[in-house]
Amino acid sequence: MSKYLLDKFLYTIDRDPDLVERYRSQPRETVQWWEAERANAILNVHGGECSTWLKFDEAERDALATHDYPRLFELGAHPFLTLTLFIAMFERDYPEPLGFQLEYARRLSHLSMPYPDIST
Amino acid sequence: MATVAAVIASTHHPFYYRASTSTGEDRPPFADEWVSKITAFRETLTRANADVLVLVGSDHFHQIWLDNMPQFLVGKAPFYDANWYNEEREFGLPRMFFKGQEDLSGHILRDGLDAGFDLAFSNELRIDHSVTCPMITLRPEADLPIVPIYTNIFAPPLPQPKRYVQLGRAIRELVESWPSDKRVAIIGTGHLSLELGGPRQFGPHGPDPEFDRKAVEWIANGDIEKALGEVSLESLWLPGNATHGFLDFMLMMGAAGAGEKADYVDTLDLFHTMEAYFTWYPNGSTEQKREGAA
Repeated sequence: MSKYLLDKFLYTIDRDPDLVERYRSQPRETVQWWEAERANAILNVHGGECSTWLKFDEAERDALATHDYPRLFELGAHPFLTLTLFIAMFERDYPEPLGFQLEYARRLSHLSMPYPDIST
Repeated sequence: MATVAAVIASTHHPFYYRASTSTGEDRPPFADEWVSKITAFRETLTRANADVLVLVGSDHFHQIWLDNMPQFLVGKAPFYDANWYNEEREFGLPRMFFKGQEDLSGHILRDGLDAGFDLAFSNELRIDHSVTCPMITLRPEADLPIVPIYTNIFAPPLPQPKRYVQLGRAIRELVESWPSDKRVAIIGTGHLSLELGGPRQFGPHGPDPEFDRKAVEWIANGDIEKALGEVSLESLWLPGNATHGFLDFMLMMGAAGAGEKADYVDTLDLFHTMEAYFTWYPNGSTEQKREGAA
């Protein structure tokens, strides 16, 4: 299990407008591509000096591929990263201001303290 | 030596810019009251006649990432670009640009290291809304040179709360020992109770109004001892999962000084989180103190 890699996915998708749209429209393909091509890239380091050991486990891969943000919360992904990226993808689908944010809270309402550990 | 013209602690709310500039149907019902409170708060900095701003905030996974995570970082650059694509996207924040006060950055780093704080530094730092929000609220002209200081309130493991207080105290001393005739305002932003990406987010109030009430009292009274007695890294999860931003308020309590009552205190109960604004006028600025009394 790699909370770090989940966070890395959310972080690197969120900062790239094209990848935000690609992940919104083709989540499973984007996750597969990212894990194969980007998961081991060290940020600010050229491609010849990448890492060799980073990969998702099945639950993580599936949660990302299905846009399952409650599951990402349960897996310990950093909530700020998940929220920010999912607002970028889905706020537009809700006509009322904060409609998506409130739906997001509702879908997490089964959770109680203590929340899953987000330490990496 | 430099003069600490004001110590200011504030929440940083990325929605303020959009709320305050929107018109017609887009303008939220709470905007006018919010603008009114910010305008009064802004006056507390204007009155201090500062030449330089030291701005304490926290990068929200923009330039600083988990592969290379400093606990405390001082910007040391002649200029700073500011705000990021995802902040433009979500909050409508404008791109900004600031001049740096690089010699003060160098002084804080050198003497801070010698005082026992292993400060990281950055010579090319694009800063985010934790620093630009107080600039928008307190100094929208953005015409004063800055020293940005980032703390990690975001990615555990974090330093203990007392370390933030100690760093705040040290920043105050480092500014006071800067060989300059300039007037420096030390401004830091954090949060009261806050939930992001969890079930308690975006409620009608902050997630824990009772924590907020106590926290405002601690800050307003400079009650560092009580805050340190009730707050731990573990306890801060309870009021809301992003409440570790309160550690930057504790840092500012250190900068203001133990037992120092704030000269200006104001709050605004908004949806999602409570806003809170505090200003101290230290160093016997009695005239300013009188004028600044809330």
